Amino acid sequence: MTENNTNSYAIEAADLNLYYGETLAVRDVNIQIEKQKITAMIGPSGCGKSTVLRAFNRMNDLIPSAHANGSVLYHGKNIYEEDVDPVEVRRRIGMVFQKPNPFPKSIYDNVAWGAGINGYKGNMNDLVEESLRGAALWDEVKDKLDKSGLSLSGGQQQRLCIARTIAVKPDIILMDEPASALDPIATLKIEDLMQELAKDFTIIVVTHNMQQAARVSNFTAFFNLGEDHAGVLEEYGVTAEIFTNPKKKTTEDYITGRFG
Amino acid sequence: MRKTFEHEIQQLKDHILALGSMAEQALLDSVDALKHRDIPRSQIIYDNDELINAKRFEVENEVMIAIATQQPMAHDLRLLASILDVAGELERMGDYAKGIAKINLFMGEQPLLKPLVDLPRMAAKAADMLHRALTAFVEEDIVVAKSLPEEDDEVDQLYTQIYRELITYVIADPTAIERSNWLLWAAHNLERAADRVTNICERTVFVVTGQMQEIDTTDHELSL
Repeated sequence: MTENNTNSYAIEAADLNLYYGETLAVRDVNIQIEKQKITAMIGPSGCGKSTVLRAFNRMNDLIPSAHANGSVLYHGKNIYEEDVDPVEVRRRIGMVFQKPNPFPKSIYDNVAWGAGINGYKGNMNDLVEESLRGAALWDEVKDKLDKSGLSLSGGQQQRLCIARTIAVKPDIILMDEPASALDPIATLKIEDLMQELAKDFTIIVVTHNMQQAARVSNFTAFFNLGEDHAGVLEEYGVTAEIFTNPKKKTTEDYITGRFG
Repeated sequence: MRKTFEHEIQQLKDHILALGSMAEQALLDSVDALKHRDIPRSQIIYDNDELINAKRFEVENEVMIAIATQQPMAHDLRLLASILDVAGELERMGDYAKGIAKINLFMGEQPLLKPLVDLPRMAAKAADMLHRALTAFVEEDIVVAKSLPEEDDEVDQLYTQIYRELITYVIADPTAIERSNWLLWAAHNLERAADRVTNICERTVFVVTGQMQEIDTTDHELSL
């Protein structure tokens, strides 16, 4: 990808409309995501927040009926332009899913795999250790790297997936409800890890857990369903403001549990 | 979920009104007991301050339970945080009443320097302001909350008037210093109580708008 590094945002969506077939799923999203910050996307079910998240690394391309118009600028380049390789986009904008999905391979191979197919030339052992340390998992698995990734607990599996994601050196990590399948302790570990990761990466996280959004994020985007059932970005701002004094009544009603 | 929380919020508002009426009554009673040199009544007011303190702790405890169980956001969060603050203000107002009761107890058998006229007026004004400020707080009426603090000037003016009057007594008879001071302390307590009404009004504005700022009032208070 040719790039323009003068852009001060990690990702910038402009007039982004997302469709499933004929159905408009998300309307006119304009949002600028700050670099090396955590941005939370919240909103009621079906408001399109996960669709927007997946649009940020062209993951929606994998759904045959899905298409987008408008632009998603990454390093000043619209990732939806024809000359852009979606695989390269996904390497640089990684994703962690709701349910931990390690490969049925060893812990070591789970981390080494992505770097391997990307032709990583460095010392693979070092990369695996560095990535597992980065995901706060090294101390727990360093003596059993040859064991299956599936032998780990849910929380450990999720951190393994994070290690796998950061091993390919992305600069943005998208997280789709990364802790919703985990118990409270494992959830807090993931949240602590997110704070650590934000020193090096830009993180965008979709969560249904309002307290989690309030705890971990610097910025919060509230999505809601419009009258035509297409999702819209209702309010976007500094997290502390959104959760203590939102500007819009719909945001207030949602975060105080009046709907959603 | 929301229904339970709404109910808890309503209960907390009822509790804060109850605490407010305890403080309001204590202020009025303490000055009335002083005016009539009713020592047994002052003793009761003095002792009953414990009830005000206990009620404040009860309110605090319930707010903390609501925060822990409901994890409030936005307006709810501002309201609960403000209830904690207002409960503290009311408890302090109770202390001012206790202080006035204590003055009456201190004075023992000595007669009042002069019949009390302005002190009861000050108490009535402060209690009335407190009552309306607290009503505005639970009803989230920012029109009242923004205009009420101006009335503090009236209390300040009464305070200045009392101060000047007492000075004339002291000049005329230096042995009246102690009895004059007692009345001045009582007036000072009332002046402080009325000041705290402004704090409650500021919290009301915060609950409604999210803006935390001081409401300016012209301060005629003497700098002593």
